[in-house]
Amino acid sequence: MKHTISVLLQNKPGVLSRVTGLFSGRGFNIDSLSVAETLEKDVSCLTLVTHGDEAIIEQITKQLHKLIDVIKVTDMAEHEHVEREMVMIRIKAEDETRAEVLRVIDIFRGKVVDVSPKSYVVEVTGSKSKVQAIIDILRPIGIQEIIRTGATAITRGKKS
Amino acid sequence: MKMKGSQAFVKCLEEQGVETIFGFPGGAVIDLYDELLNAENLTHVLVRHEQAAVHAADAYGRVRGEVGVALVTSGPGATNTVTGIASAYCDSIPMVVFTGQVPTMLIGNDAFQEVDIVGITRPVTKHNYLVKKAEDLIPTIREAFHLARTGRPGPVLVDLPKDVIASMVNYTEPKPIKMRTYKPTYEPHPGQVEKACKTVLKAKKPVLYVGGGVIHSNASETVTELAKKLDIPVTMTLMGLGGFPGTDPLSLGMLGMHGTYYANMAVANCDLLIAVGARFDDRVTGRIDAFAPNAKIIHIDIDPSSISKNVKVDIPMVADCHHAVTAMNAWFDSSKDFDARAAKEQHQQWHDQIKDWKNRHPLGYVEEGEVIKPQFVVQKLHELTHGDAIITTEVGQNQMWAAQFYHFNKPRHFLTSGGLGVMGYGFPAAIGAQMAAPDRTVIDVAGDGSIQMNIQELATARQYKCPVKIAILNNNYLGMVRQWQELFYDKKYAHTTLDVAPDFVKLAEAYGAVGLRATKPSEVEPVIKEALKTNNTVIMDFVISREEGVFPMVPAGKATTEMLLV
Repeated sequence: MKHTISVLLQNKPGVLSRVTGLFSGRGFNIDSLSVAETLEKDVSCLTLVTHGDEAIIEQITKQLHKLIDVIKVTDMAEHEHVEREMVMIRIKAEDETRAEVLRVIDIFRGKVVDVSPKSYVVEVTGSKSKVQAIIDILRPIGIQEIIRTGATAITRGKKS
Repeated sequence: MKMKGSQAFVKCLEEQGVETIFGFPGGAVIDLYDELLNAENLTHVLVRHEQAAVHAADAYGRVRGEVGVALVTSGPGATNTVTGIASAYCDSIPMVVFTGQVPTMLIGNDAFQEVDIVGITRPVTKHNYLVKKAEDLIPTIREAFHLARTGRPGPVLVDLPKDVIASMVNYTEPKPIKMRTYKPTYEPHPGQVEKACKTVLKAKKPVLYVGGGVIHSNASETVTELAKKLDIPVTMTLMGLGGFPGTDPLSLGMLGMHGTYYANMAVANCDLLIAVGARFDDRVTGRIDAFAPNAKIIHIDIDPSSISKNVKVDIPMVADCHHAVTAMNAWFDSSKDFDARAAKEQHQQWHDQIKDWKNRHPLGYVEEGEVIKPQFVVQKLHELTHGDAIITTEVGQNQMWAAQFYHFNKPRHFLTSGGLGVMGYGFPAAIGAQMAAPDRTVIDVAGDGSIQMNIQELATARQYKCPVKIAILNNNYLGMVRQWQELFYDKKYAHTTLDVAPDFVKLAEAYGAVGLRATKPSEVEPVIKEALKTNNTVIMDFVISREEGVFPMVPAGKATTEMLLV
């Protein structure tokens, strides 16, 4: 089963390789990974998507926790959370398709962030399935290149 | 106080209580070595290969229950430590390894004797550091010792660039270390203690399964108290030998691939398995679905990631073994539900069953007239040292015979490379053990194959007047692999025959040590006696029955009840 795991870590040299080395060394999977700094300058947040049965996910969280530079490990499956991924797509947009592309982007609430005579670069944010959906729809029109960030996630505020 | 980095290094070692370090100099650490000349309270042992420095530090740490320390230079000095570090990591041995590094401005430049040792050792250390700034030197050394000795112990590597060692630093007195991200759990959860104890009270066929964690946490006495209080039979892993007295009637000996028949039968048939500081390694469990299939499992371990890693556990207890078992003992002492006599009666049938297994297949071997049996040698070593020697081993048959036939009664008396299985561990470990305990008898039980992996340390042993004894069980084979080839590969002995071998007696003499040889059983005792009274390094070359095997044996991937017996 797919799990999104959020890892707070001390922002020290080599810390990312400690995490990725753990995954490759122990045969765990990484489907996607994104990392950036948090409000605290010396703390980074790494969001990774992985899959495996319950026992594997338990090992993954425990082994991550065992790394000395790791502050906190959260399996998002155990929390109400919002998960987003961003994709940027450079798509062929010539006379006959320019309008069609804009219509599709509008439906997906995407944005055009770069315009050239024969292409657009569009930006769409959403769940993994939404991102996949726009890629599938635009593909027949002529996608030149895509870049995806991988998922990132945050827990929701408390209800009460 | 302002001082040179190298001075601060020595001062930090002294403040951490280090008395002996094992190492080998080189260009990148020449400043440290220069400073070591001024260190009055620090003995440096010059090994002949860096791997040996790490194994010696490993053994030194195990015997003393302290952090072992090794110091080597950059590049090849550093890479030569990797096997030793990996072994210490598998066996959770507290250790700090210092490696020299090229000056910071050259790092990443493919400089002479530069290697990314932090990258190389990342998966085999508890943690590691590259000290890039002089002001980080002292705090890093202190943190390294703290990490090595606390929680689940392990090796920590500190990489020291040459310019960092040479720069001026400000030495301040040590303060208690606080780390935001590292807080091992020592005390067990009271609820779990109660749950575990209540489960123990209900068990009719319990077994205690004791691992290396019991030795690391100095829990032998509390575990022995628990076993006796409740009359529970005890089996030990390779790393746990000595954690419970091996000659005690409750002892089942070692379990697993070369465990006793009765230990494996007891585990396979028990209704409760109490694992203390053990990690359900594949050599212990055999086929996992057939391991203790009808048992509830209690697992005490300080490392949460050990729990339910290989075998699903019913009652986990994340804690230091000593603290956890002490808490259990206290619970029984104060519980009105516990009655020692009732517990004994409740387990009587179980003990009868175990006695029957013990009678049916005791640990043994077949004597063969004028040929020396390796098991006989180990038995004689036990007898003539009154079971009180520190035994180190190499890896393979020698290791298993030592584990089976030297019935360890006390912790920190058996030093072996358990998890990684390093041939070449035993001899440098014996030197480390002898440095840690100069007045004790230290014996390396070796094979003729593995002793050659670090034989150069004869020079170290002689230089530091270590009267260690090496008992080579010489069968002219890489015996354990040969045994597998005999049993599972149609006796095709692919590259396991050691056709050219040194004359070990002459080899010993070449180093100024003493060489003795026994070729028939009647010579075994005189040779051991002679060795034990010799105040020098001694090689005892026992020419043994060539194709003797280690039994019982659970073939890889089989259930532990599917044993091949003698």
